[in-house]
Amino acid sequence: MTYTVRKFDAVIVGAGGAGLRAAIQLSEAGYKTAVLTKVFPTRSHTVAAQGGVAASLGNSEEDHWHWHMYDTVKGSDWLGDQDAIEFMCRKANEVVVELEHYGMPFDRLDNGKIYQRPFGGHMSNFGEKPVRRSCAAADRTGHAMLHAMYQRNIKVNTQFFVEWQALDLVRDADGDVLGVTAMDMETGEIVVFHAKATIFATGGSGRIYYSSTNAFINTGDGLGMAARAGIPLEDMEFWQFHPTGVAGAGVLITEGVRGEGGILRNSDGERFMERYAPNAKDLASRDVVSRAMTTEINEGRGCGPNKDFVLLDITHLPPETIMKRLPGIHEIGLQFAGVDCLKEPLPVVPTCHYQMGGIPTNYLGQVVVPKDGESSVPVQGFYAAGECACASVHGANRLGTNSLLDLLVFGKSAGETAVADLGKSGNAHKPLPQEAIDRTLARVDRLNHQKVGADVHDTRLSMQRAMQKHAGVFRFKDMLAAGVDRITEIEQEVARTQIKDKSKVFNTARIEALELDNLIEVAKATIVSANARTESRGAHVRDDATDTPETPDGRDDKNWLKHTLWYREGSRLDYKPVHMKPMSVDTIELKKRAY
Amino acid sequence: MTNAARTVHFKIYRYDPDQDAKPYMQDISVEIESTDRKLLDAMVKLKAQDDSISFRRSCREGVCGSDAMNINGKNGLACLTAMDSFPEGKPIVLRPLPGLPVIRDLIVDMTQFFKQYNSIKPYLINNDPPPERERLQSPEDREELDGLYECILCACCSTACPSFWWNPDKFVGPAGLLAAYRFIADTRDQATSDRLDDLEDPYRLFRCHTIMNCVDVCPKGLNPTKAIGKIKEMMVRRAV
Ligand SMILES: Cc1cc2nc3c(=O)[nH]c(=O)nc-3n(C[C@H](O)[C@H](O)[C@H](O)COP(=O)(O)OP(=O)(O)OC[C@H]3O[C@@H](n4cnc5c(N)ncnc54)[C@H](O)[C@@H]3O)c2cc1C
Ligand code: SF4
Ligand code: SF4
Ligand code: FES
Repeated sequence: MTYTVRKFDAVIVGAGGAGLRAAIQLSEAGYKTAVLTKVFPTRSHTVAAQGGVAASLGNSEEDHWHWHMYDTVKGSDWLGDQDAIEFMCRKANEVVVELEHYGMPFDRLDNGKIYQRPFGGHMSNFGEKPVRRSCAAADRTGHAMLHAMYQRNIKVNTQFFVEWQALDLVRDADGDVLGVTAMDMETGEIVVFHAKATIFATGGSGRIYYSSTNAFINTGDGLGMAARAGIPLEDMEFWQFHPTGVAGAGVLITEGVRGEGGILRNSDGERFMERYAPNAKDLASRDVVSRAMTTEINEGRGCGPNKDFVLLDITHLPPETIMKRLPGIHEIGLQFAGVDCLKEPLPVVPTCHYQMGGIPTNYLGQVVVPKDGESSVPVQGFYAAGECACASVHGANRLGTNSLLDLLVFGKSAGETAVADLGKSGNAHKPLPQEAIDRTLARVDRLNHQKVGADVHDTRLSMQRAMQKHAGVFRFKDMLAAGVDRITEIEQEVARTQIKDKSKVFNTARIEALELDNLIEVAKATIVSANARTESRGAHVRDDATDTPETPDGRDDKNWLKHTLWYREGSRLDYKPVHMKPMSVDTIELKKRAY
Repeated sequence: MTNAARTVHFKIYRYDPDQDAKPYMQDISVEIESTDRKLLDAMVKLKAQDDSISFRRSCREGVCGSDAMNINGKNGLACLTAMDSFPEGKPIVLRPLPGLPVIRDLIVDMTQFFKQYNSIKPYLINNDPPPERERLQSPEDREELDGLYECILCACCSTACPSFWWNPDKFVGPAGLLAAYRFIADTRDQATSDRLDDLEDPYRLFRCHTIMNCVDVCPKGLNPTKAIGKIKEMMVRRAV
């Protein structure tokens, strides 16, 4: 098999929100940059984000980045790194205003400022009462944002490689990152993108679960590539199940619906969140609401013939409000639930939505790994941002609207750090190690020649079903242990997948097989990390973690206030401390989390 | 809810330049369940059966614009097309979007489409130094962008437009013109007269003969013809 080498200053893998934001930085600085993406940039899954992006602009009422920081730390169940969280919350106004300057069509208040709505877990005055912090463009915020950033990239002349699939990270014997190998999907050609800076912005991996709000393309490619190159994955046991996915379809109904006044009801018509979160009610943190819903369903108060969903009711809202602020939801109701939400409540269930963990990074967007006794040493030439990265600002549970913020802030800082590092680097590229390229050639070669083996579609489905069963909203000791075995079995199937389509031209069967190589790494990291963490924290809640005075709600700070690191080799686990010290303010002290 | 299986028949345009001398229509059937509500669900099942059938897809909820194709003669998104909207007993005919070169099966080369999009300078132009905070815009001014900014660049419209078929290199096409008007209509944009100058051309704008195919097929319910009309109006107004 043949390949060619192309040289760039920087290569960015991913053209969703994070990748596009980083690309603006590099293009404006004039560096020769290649942005690789599996799909045309505006088809990246950022396009699906609905509810908004958090910033304490205070356009409707008093707000402060420090309150936002408090909410984020609390939302993270104290697993988030407080330096990175402070950095993000302080930068929020700057990056949201920049986006407005790029042309993003935010909704407006009467005074002409950006419209803001309430969102789960976002409160004023250190947890007192909900605050309007989510900056929104109707319920199409992600679409408006992604298009605005793509348009900005057209303006600054970014060079895109559209429908190129990155396959492996190139790392040399010193551990430095020197680019990626990639395939031109249209022709099957393999190219090594040799670069001094490599930024991963490959998004989430929600497709490891059967029922997910994520797009087909969200297959954790960045995580798989990093893991194969010996980079650990951080906090992969923490997956957010969004309370309101359309039952049966998985399509998301934004929390903005509850922000605008929507109410969750069980089969008795009861507003059950009043029992679980007397203060924040339907706007409690996502993990809290998802568990409450699951409990209602498990106790027989679900709706429908199989009593397997609850209802999201907005029929009491003025139709004008719905059509103005939530037009996309109205459309989704009609399309995917067959329900007109002006007249009838929507059937919803908790659905896999967001990966809190990822490639370990710091607030500068550098990828960091343990080395020589230190827990976070930057990997030369490697940066990551957005959902594929773990900064860690979301800790054990992300607040809604903090992800679009994350990708702006850390997309920008990864870009800035790469620009600064490129400025210091010499002209020469370090020599390419043959071994890293051989890994890619071997993977593709195997698929091209394998005649009998496991079916890609069936194997992926078994993995998705197993993850759903063994590592869902509630987790059980025995199920987790069995899940590790099950995923390990499926891993062996993945190693012998077979495709019938052997064409070179736009071979989507091959693309899916290569994606499955990444999904399985993410699934394995998740189940192994979850099995090991014997406490409950944020989105990770297990039956054997008991509620005691020392371990409130099963959270065991004495033993488990630490980040997990999963290494692919030997499926080994390591841990590193949480950064409890912010950059300028006092530590937000540990306390029991209640809404 | 029952998940009763039923069989659906397809006729699909197939062409793999690596293997086939020329394109052909393939007859193929697949078992689907009642939970397979949309055409895309059925196509995913089809692909599980024959992995060589090639098409783009991503979000499966009508926001990414990947899976535009010609469905029973009309352009649309597979993920928003309900299986129960098809007449029973007749095969569902799937072809690539018309007028663009086919890369493989239902995958077309959209270079020309995006070239036209880029040609209208699809970004906000405002040369004032950016203020510290957001630029202000009244809710009414912002409302002018509704029905324009929601475009997902699926190309259903432009590839249904006869004027675009004949002059894909010269006529901007409905999607590009919708985008052009999106910036013209934005009170924050300062390049209105340059934008109008650029379109004042027998081809770029004036190839549109108000045939309305574009409006008919837009899966997001947008109205490029109306936007084109407004641009033409502005040209007339500035001429007098
Ligand atoms: C339905 C939905 C609604 C949401 N709503 C909100 C919200 O209201 N507010 C909020 O804050 N968050 C929201 N989120 C979360 C948020 O949208 C995502 O976390 C975020 O958009 C991820 O952005 P990203 O740039 O990291 O990745 P993505 O936008 O997913 O982009 C990933 C990019 O990587 C590319 N890529 C991946 N693998 C490869 C490869 N191998 N080779 C080349 N390119 C590759 C893809 O082509 C794509 O361009 C929502 C998420 C979902 C699913
Ligand atoms: S109205 Fe104009 S743009 Fe639309 S299809 Fe007709 S000619 Fe094309
Ligand atoms: S105007 Fe409608 S049909 Fe045309 S590209 Fe945009 S969304 Fe698609
Ligand atoms: S798959 Fe995204 S629009 Fe249909």
